Amino acid sequence: MPAVTETLETVQSVTDSGYKWGFETDIEMEFAPKGLNEDIVRFISAKKNEPAWLLEWRLKAYALWQKMEEPTWAAVKYPPIDYQDAYYYAAPVQKAKPKSLDEVDPELLRTYAKLGIPLKEQAILAGVEGAGDSPSDSGRMPIAVDAVFDSVSVATSYKERLAKEGIIFCAISEAVQEYPDLVRQYLGTVVPQGDNFYAALNSAVFTDGSFVYIPKGVRCPMELSTYFRINAKSTGQFERTLIIAEEGSHVSYLEGCTAPMRDENQLHAAVVELVALDDATIKYSTVQNWYPGDAEGRGGIYNFVTKRAQCRGRRSKVSWTQVETGSAITWKYPSCVLLGDDSVGEFYSVAITNNWQQADTGTKMIHVGKRTSSTIVSKGISAGQGQNTYRGLVRVAPTASGARNFTQCDSLLIGDRCGAHTVPYIENRCMTAKVEHEATTSRIAEDQLFYCRQRGLTQEDAVGLIVNGFCREVLKELPMEFAVEAQKLLQISLEGSVG
Amino acid sequence: MSLVIENLSAAVDGKPILNGITLAIPAGEIHAVMGPNGSGKSTLSYVLAGRDGYEVTGGIATFEGHDILAMEPEERAAAGLFLAFQYPVELPGVGNALFLRTALNAIRKHRGEPELDAMQFLKVARERMRTLNMTDEMLRRGVNVGFSGGEKKRNEVLQMALLQPRLAILDETDSGLDIDALKIVADGVNALRGPNFSALVITHYQRLLNYIVPDRVHVLLDGRIATSGGPELAQRLEAEGYATIQAEAA
Repeated sequence: MPAVTETLETVQSVTDSGYKWGFETDIEMEFAPKGLNEDIVRFISAKKNEPAWLLEWRLKAYALWQKMEEPTWAAVKYPPIDYQDAYYYAAPVQKAKPKSLDEVDPELLRTYAKLGIPLKEQAILAGVEGAGDSPSDSGRMPIAVDAVFDSVSVATSYKERLAKEGIIFCAISEAVQEYPDLVRQYLGTVVPQGDNFYAALNSAVFTDGSFVYIPKGVRCPMELSTYFRINAKSTGQFERTLIIAEEGSHVSYLEGCTAPMRDENQLHAAVVELVALDDATIKYSTVQNWYPGDAEGRGGIYNFVTKRAQCRGRRSKVSWTQVETGSAITWKYPSCVLLGDDSVGEFYSVAITNNWQQADTGTKMIHVGKRTSSTIVSKGISAGQGQNTYRGLVRVAPTASGARNFTQCDSLLIGDRCGAHTVPYIENRCMTAKVEHEATTSRIAEDQLFYCRQRGLTQEDAVGLIVNGFCREVLKELPMEFAVEAQKLLQISLEGSVG
Repeated sequence: MSLVIENLSAAVDGKPILNGITLAIPAGEIHAVMGPNGSGKSTLSYVLAGRDGYEVTGGIATFEGHDILAMEPEERAAAGLFLAFQYPVELPGVGNALFLRTALNAIRKHRGEPELDAMQFLKVARERMRTLNMTDEMLRRGVNVGFSGGEKKRNEVLQMALLQPRLAILDETDSGLDIDALKIVADGVNALRGPNFSALVITHYQRLLNYIVPDRVHVLLDGRIATSGGPELAQRLEAEGYATIQAEAA
């Protein structure tokens, strides 16, 4: 793999701060007034020109949220958040909705180009008919991208190519306008408004996110991805993603996220809902690289996210893969509710905490259907003063005869000021189910580093190599293009953690 | 001169281990350092390679005229110094091919040579492996993970063959090897022999020196070179043991 040499180059090009996505885009923005109340909820709904049912839905969520308490059970520490001291809507000023990429503000396109995200449909636009069909012509498959900038989606590529297959891939605000019945049928059915404090907040004020619908029997011909970018100051990002895979369909979706470096903490509270029907497969990958804060622990994103999938159909399958390198605090448990008989849930995770980062992350696998199976592979890496907690629940209902789960949790410690914690809950109420759990904790040994350095590798390259080896089982689950990206990120995230 | 060590002293955890070692290896020569357990053999190899925790308390060591004690371990490796470990380290999840290529490219970069891509590397690696009677299978496994003692040592020799050092230090590479593995190690070293290659072969037993015939033999006792001689010194040690030398040195 050329990944290592690329990694070396990337590391060398990185600035002192180690976070090269920390720039700010200078663009005219429109904000809702600061703070949160019913009027703000109405303002957002009106901005999005939403139907009455959705405004009602939001207001119900807001009412629920007001009665809820912020969860305190996670092993993370932070000062109280003043929810009235933030903007809940921020959007680049746009004269009219752009019809094509040519009409998108060039400053925005430059921002995404700088982030290395291709919004231009190069192969297709060059007029090569069917250029998107095979990887042979350019050596890489095209990737359809939805770009979300603060509160709005600014562009979605390859829409027409996807529409030929009957696939819908667009901003959720657009889906509300164009496909209201689909949205209404599924929104909130996996994560209800009152599910938890942050999900309720998101349901009240969500602004954009992606909507994906894969029709019966269709195999999505390209990777779908969304890139989230927080840019504006004092602004929360509340995106909502909904993916529906009809019978026998197949889709692979990836999200990436970055934010400017700021001294303040910014809240990101997203909700992702996945629905897989009979024989459908959804592969959902995340490369989370929100600004983690500086070496002293100032600033950074609070990443408080609710992600859940329902495997409603028989033999349906949902696979979550996450590489969590960013954010000051991560609170996130992508889960699978395995309702359909023989349905399959998977969770592959790499979480890195360096400097003062804190991560409390894991998964829930809820077995309801017969012969359902789940696999959990979690790799936690702690460096600096980072705290890394795996928190997971495997619940097997009495109905889930023959259910199986295998869980493997490995922790790697770098240095002696960090912490790794594993909190697995297992609730098995079915005699015929089989649940396995394995856990290890290890440290990068001095002799491993010396061995690599004696062979000519620098200390940081040696750490990168060892960490990538530790995470290999997870990284190989990522789509190939992103696996290379993720390997680089791992190494950059651990800069300065040794020596 | 390849390696020059003058009056080198070193301590581990404040305890003196090396007490003024002096020896010089001209380019193209292979020298053996023999000594009983605890005489400072491994410490000498770690000090020369630059391992943390091995504190130099006096003296100098130069390699091709450069003060190696001032260099980072990776700089010494780039300069052409290679240490074959007594206990090669396991790197779980790191493929042997990836590790070897990363190491080779790090060294090539220092030499100003172009880096090799995966295909070019494989070609070079296979060539070297053929001469060492090794199979491809070794490349597909994790670095030393699940290797037998003999396989680990062979992997060290493979790395040496690929990296083509100018000075190889073999730290008891023969310990725990059967006769076939011993021959592979010796073949690996002998294949590199030439005017620009020197080696310091550290060993407890004379056995390895039947296959790698040294130009000089040094006997290390209590962190000092007690005596030096030609290959016949190794034969004498085998016959008489270290006690005679110890008595003579006392």
